[in-house]
Amino acid sequence: MTALKLENVQKSFGDIHVLKDIDLEVAEREFIVFVGPSGCGKSTLLRVIAGLEDASGGRVMIGGRDVTRTPPAKRGISMVFQSYALYPHLDVEGNMALGLRQAGEERKVIAERIATAASMLSLEPYLKRRPAELSGGQRQRVAIGRAIVRKPDLFLFDEPLSNLDAALRMATRVEIARLHRELGACMVYVTHDQTEAMTLADRIVVLRDGRIEQVGSPMELYNDPANQFVAGFLGSPSMNFLAAGPLGAPGEVLGIRPEHLGVVAQGPLRGRISHVERLGGDTNLLVTTPQDETVTVRLFGQHDHRMGTEIALDFDRARALSFDAAGKRLRP
Amino acid sequence: MHKARHNPLNSIAAHAALLTWTAIALFPVVVILINSFKTRKAIFREPLALPSADSFSLVGYQTVMRQGDFFLYFQNSMIVTVVSLAFILLFGAMAAFALSEYRFRGNALMGLYLALGIMIPIRIGTVAILDLMVQTGLVNTLMALILVYTAQGLPLAVFILSEFMRQVSDDLKNAGRIDGLSEYRIFFRLVLPLVRPAMATVAVFNMIPIWNDLWFPLILAPGEATKTLTLGSQVFIGQFVTDWNAVLSALSLAILPVLILYVIFSRQLIRGITSGAVK
Ligand SMILES: Nc1ncnc2c1ncn2[C@@H]1O[C@H](COP(=O)(O)OP(=O)(O)OP(=O)(O)O)[C@@H](O)[C@H]1O
Ligand SMILES: [Mg+2]
Repeated sequence: MTALKLENVQKSFGDIHVLKDIDLEVAEREFIVFVGPSGCGKSTLLRVIAGLEDASGGRVMIGGRDVTRTPPAKRGISMVFQSYALYPHLDVEGNMALGLRQAGEERKVIAERIATAASMLSLEPYLKRRPAELSGGQRQRVAIGRAIVRKPDLFLFDEPLSNLDAALRMATRVEIARLHRELGACMVYVTHDQTEAMTLADRIVVLRDGRIEQVGSPMELYNDPANQFVAGFLGSPSMNFLAAGPLGAPGEVLGIRPEHLGVVAQGPLRGRISHVERLGGDTNLLVTTPQDETVTVRLFGQHDHRMGTEIALDFDRARALSFDAAGKRLRP
Repeated sequence: MHKARHNPLNSIAAHAALLTWTAIALFPVVVILINSFKTRKAIFREPLALPSADSFSLVGYQTVMRQGDFFLYFQNSMIVTVVSLAFILLFGAMAAFALSEYRFRGNALMGLYLALGIMIPIRIGTVAILDLMVQTGLVNTLMALILVYTAQGLPLAVFILSEFMRQVSDDLKNAGRIDGLSEYRIFFRLVLPLVRPAMATVAVFNMIPIWNDLWFPLILAPGEATKTLTLGSQVFIGQFVTDWNAVLSALSLAILPVLILYVIFSRQLIRGITSGAVK
């Protein structure tokens, strides 16, 4: 059965057409991540799924049920927001209980579910505290707890980690992955963090200007992108795009991942090192070619390259990708 | 660390300015208060002196209590002020919520129309209002005053409150919707508490003009049963003789309820700044 199905979903705000022909099917237990540049409509799509915005066209189905006209509370969803959005006047327990009380659950059931969620998220010591008395990370855990207790068919996350610092982000990311395994529910997750997308997703949906560019598993998108946009969007440092002609490759543009380039004595590419980034595990070289293109080279381990030296580069031809002038992938 | 940034001279200057301002603002109130406890002769001989054993007198208060239905006036003023404020806050906040929260055709136009009332004094419409009240049979009722004051206070209330409501996090309201709260619950339980400081501001701004107003009580509700305090006090001010003891005593008494209301609202003003919902 499909957990979520979008059929030709459209959304306009007045004259602005924000979502165009969105078609998507999400299987049960699947973890789907929406990525895309800022303003491409990720949050809007999530809010349409949640029912917080009405779709201007198309259908939204959750768990096989057409919910296009159903209010948010009746869609069997929970949502976690970037700003936590905890109720300031209620304590942690009250925050988690509110949705269930509204749905008319019995007291006993509510207490049980809160206890389970609290132990899953180690929130027991804070149950009687108000949101104002919690740290950012604790607040986000409460927000996740509030989503869990409702036992939804579908979890929606809108950039839940972007207000947290790096260490906490990693810990919470791992926690969300663990929750996904334990709860076995379907999750839809919006982010513009590469790492979150690559590490959490079963499948990634890449959006641009309100359209789906490509859907696929992280490695599919990384190794076999459908177009230049997707190729450039995933991967950090991002893919190099060079004029294909001089390199003797088909198409207009040749895409080479930084890790598929190597420093050699004699090679098809030459340039001057304009910057060196030493990350300990990796070394990134920024090389400026005579044509004034900048090529990023990712070397594993620590290397002793100096800025300003002239070097030659070669690349793995089998793994380079060709694109036509419109950015569409040319497959051999 | 604090000392480094706080120049003591600046601090002294600021306090001096504030103290001066307080003294100027309180001066007339204090003069009224001390003179209300003095004999008529003492009032005119030494208006700034405190009441002494010699000059102390409660004759003003006695006159006020004996004269007319002072407590009724008091009660009328209180009812009119409190009910008007309640209406202004309730309806103002509801209109502000609709304007700030929902997208509908004519939203901006409606906001502009409501804001227009800020610039046009309601007294310009007195004749039309009187006509309306006569036709609806509301003359000489407190309702007439309440309606007029509510209309008078709404534009600014809507304007201020909608500005504040726009700042309430969308995520919070959406979280409520997902948890199944009705729009009314979202309005009353989530949004109103967060704009409490703005509500207190609106209340304080509206309270004094309503309490002090003489114009509309005189025109719309001059009957004995509906006289407000300000109107009722006018009996002591004659064309030829003014009973200053009574006037000062009535004024002193009139300050009290306003003071109490103000204390209530200003505590809300300070306490109402709830934080922690959103980072
Ligand atoms: N209420 C609205 N009225 C008009 N336009 C809107 C409204 N909400 C969103 N938009 C527009 O829709 C587009 C998509 O917005 P959305 O918030 O979905 O972007 P996003 O992909 O979530 O971006 P970000 O990564 O910055 O959060 C934007 O161009 C935005 O200006
Ligand atoms: Mg967004």
